[in-house]
Amino acid sequence: MTNPVKKYPTEPLKCWNEAKSLRTQYYENYLHAHKNGGLRWAGGAWSFSSVPAGLGDDVHSVTGEPYGATIAFHKDFASECHDAVEAAGFPRTLCAYMRNYWGAILLDKFILADGRVIPGYPTPDFIWQDHICCSHGKWYEIVKWLEKKKGKEIPMFCTDVSVGYSLTPPEKFRVDYIVNQLQDGILWLEKVTGRTYNDQLLCDAVWNEMKSTSLWAEVCALNQVIPTPIDEKTMYSLYVIGTLMKHRPECAAFYEKLRDEVQNRVDRGIAAIPHERFRVITDTQPPWGFLKIFRAMENYGVVSLGSLYSFGLIGMWEYQPDGKWIPKPLPSSKPATREEALRAIVEWTLNRPEWAHFYRPELKTQMMKSIVQQWKANAVLLHYNRGCEGLSVHIAENRLGLLKDGIQVFSFEGNMGDEREFDYPGTMARVTAFFESMGLEKLSTEGGP
Amino acid sequence: MSEPFQKFRDWIDNRHEYAKEWKATRNRRIAGYFCTYVPEEILIAANVLPVRILGSHEPPTVTEPYVFAMFCHLCRDSLAQGLKGRFDYLDGIVEGQSCLHLRQAYNAWRLHIPIDYAFYIHVPHGVQTRHALPYYTEELRKFKRSLGEWTGRKITERDLARGINVMNRNRDLMHKIYEYRKPNNPKLTGLEAMEMVLSSQMVDKEDHNGALEELLKTLPSREMDRNPGVRLMIIGCEDDDRIFMKNVENLGATFVIDEHCTGSRYFWNLVDSSIQDRLVAIADRYISRIPCPSKDWPELTRIKQAVNLAQTYNVQGALVIQNKFCDPHGIEVPPLREELKAVGVPTYPLEFDVTVPWGQFRTRVEAFLETLTGLEELF
Ligand code: SF4
Ligand code: SF4
Ligand code: SF4
Repeated sequence: MTNPVKKYPTEPLKCWNEAKSLRTQYYENYLHAHKNGGLRWAGGAWSFSSVPAGLGDDVHSVTGEPYGATIAFHKDFASECHDAVEAAGFPRTLCAYMRNYWGAILLDKFILADGRVIPGYPTPDFIWQDHICCSHGKWYEIVKWLEKKKGKEIPMFCTDVSVGYSLTPPEKFRVDYIVNQLQDGILWLEKVTGRTYNDQLLCDAVWNEMKSTSLWAEVCALNQVIPTPIDEKTMYSLYVIGTLMKHRPECAAFYEKLRDEVQNRVDRGIAAIPHERFRVITDTQPPWGFLKIFRAMENYGVVSLGSLYSFGLIGMWEYQPDGKWIPKPLPSSKPATREEALRAIVEWTLNRPEWAHFYRPELKTQMMKSIVQQWKANAVLLHYNRGCEGLSVHIAENRLGLLKDGIQVFSFEGNMGDEREFDYPGTMARVTAFFESMGLEKLSTEGGP
Repeated sequence: MSEPFQKFRDWIDNRHEYAKEWKATRNRRIAGYFCTYVPEEILIAANVLPVRILGSHEPPTVTEPYVFAMFCHLCRDSLAQGLKGRFDYLDGIVEGQSCLHLRQAYNAWRLHIPIDYAFYIHVPHGVQTRHALPYYTEELRKFKRSLGEWTGRKITERDLARGINVMNRNRDLMHKIYEYRKPNNPKLTGLEAMEMVLSSQMVDKEDHNGALEELLKTLPSREMDRNPGVRLMIIGCEDDDRIFMKNVENLGATFVIDEHCTGSRYFWNLVDSSIQDRLVAIADRYISRIPCPSKDWPELTRIKQAVNLAQTYNVQGALVIQNKFCDPHGIEVPPLREELKAVGVPTYPLEFDVTVPWGQFRTRVEAFLETLTGLEELF
């Protein structure tokens, strides 16, 4: 008889509901902004959201990728969106989030955090985007084009951030290029909104963003312990707050509270899953309509403790001289002027780990290896994601780099936002065969093999 | 009449032999580049021959370990050429930032194919912002310095002037030849125009300029013994599918203009030689050129150029080519088609992969041509 697998205590996250209500409130705020004289803007999750914050506290956004993911999670609506986009003549191979987003505009519908679809797409007052992936600027260029067909002119500003990536501080002329664009961006915001810009609000928002993104990394760092206190599926509902409102004080406050709660779980040995015995990390966005894949993995005692994606899309990290990858500490002081704030947020943002692979696959491979080592992962599940060329770029090189170091890699194809391109039963059959090849058997309900 | 375009065809068919011989006789280096955003002026100034890396339209299975198959065939096919050793004479590779797809081909090449020199130029994407010019000038300064270190020879202002002159001459000559596509019976076919531009990306520009000058002497009196048929335009990404061009033109049509980077978009804009600082002048040319869709935001300016060309060259219809998996071009297909329709130019979209399924395409293209000639109304 085989020994039963060790069972760890588990318990729900206390701040779970707060994450949920922050998310609900976020979409509501956007939807109803005009009722209270406020403004609405649209742009990507990576855009410099702290900059429009200088227009006032009543300026609300909807960031494109989380919105596209919300649609993907609700497969029926996603399917309607895809049909609408294809009928409009766009190829089905384009970024799946972008297609979901356009689909909602074409259908003139809006989805709320809880999946309710309401009529009428709430047009933004302006677009505030940045560009590193081929689709970033063009995504919103088409939003503008689609809205224009409905008779609405949306002004758009897009900041080019494609200046490369380096583990050392970026060269000044690269930072200047982005800072100068943002300086123009502030004048443009004043012009298109008719509001006077408030530098103090900018400085506060920049500081909040730095805090939020550093704190999220601290939360992720706590997953280094065995058993891991939160699993990746749970993290998806938490990191999303950063993708929606990284510059907001409520985001920084929430991540602080979350960090303390997760630390408390670590102190008490509370696990994410009861039978953790094999630790994996993943890569890129999951197929959102099929998160049950994580639950199926639990049946084998497999926990996914994160990924460069969930750690580094929003979280900020840096390498220490001893080679350890750690949450990026905040600078010694908060910026006090417009120039200081813009420079601080640009330098901070250029450090974003999820930007490294856009330029050099070796950098992403290095970061993934650091996670495998420091987080004690047994294997890497690579999602060859047809829905996102930005995060799949160089993924084959990452696979080769990990294999070269003797790391176990399982790769599968899918699409984060278009279920037609994900074969759930086929993938599950292959992934379970992989676990079995690692010596794992399916656990019985009592936790024994 | 002798075949005035044969020279260009031969250069394409024997591009590797040409490059090897060029290298042996001149004892100079050759650098491969992927995207037309690489400023060839600076390579020429460094006495390095720039040659464009393109595919061969064979299924690129050798790239599977290095590039996920959801990336466009151009990037996979180009890399496949390197993996098969067809560019074994290259001393270096250079890429000018454009789409993510080609960046992958560049990086895989750098990592897996022995090469002496690799440089990635961070060409700005924000070409519509006024800050792109100083930024890009600085980036070009770094490139120039790096090339100088690699070749062991400092690049002087005179060298840059030479690079600019030879490139501008090439562009200017090709412009003149494109003029001969305007008459009712154009003096060259779309295939010939493509071969002319493609070959300019493969051989020494001095040699190419010589051939263009010769061509310009005979072209005005060239008698075309074919019925031009429908005046077509071809629009899309990089497109070097000569068989497709030939097949379509054999159906009773002539491509009288194009909008892609193996055609007009490659040479349309010249370096402004009145700008004193030559690096600034070069940077300015690549920022203000007709943009690739990958850099064309927040305003869709390339579409205006496509419309302008369609009108200037009096086209009856346009084939819009979308390379499978290409986001920058794919995103623009509906607005592009709409703008052309608004000026009375019907369009037909076709999705290209590494090989073109001509059997299927033939029927579709024929049907499109019939709609343009009104023939379908007879039935
Ligand atoms: S392809 Fe990926 S990185 Fe690019 S815009 Fe879409 S989701 Fe973002
Ligand atoms: S279409 Fe654009 S990115 Fe592609 S090769 Fe041409 S210029 Fe470069
Ligand atoms: S622009 Fe499109 S077709 Fe051209 S290289 Fe890039 S992805 Fe491929």
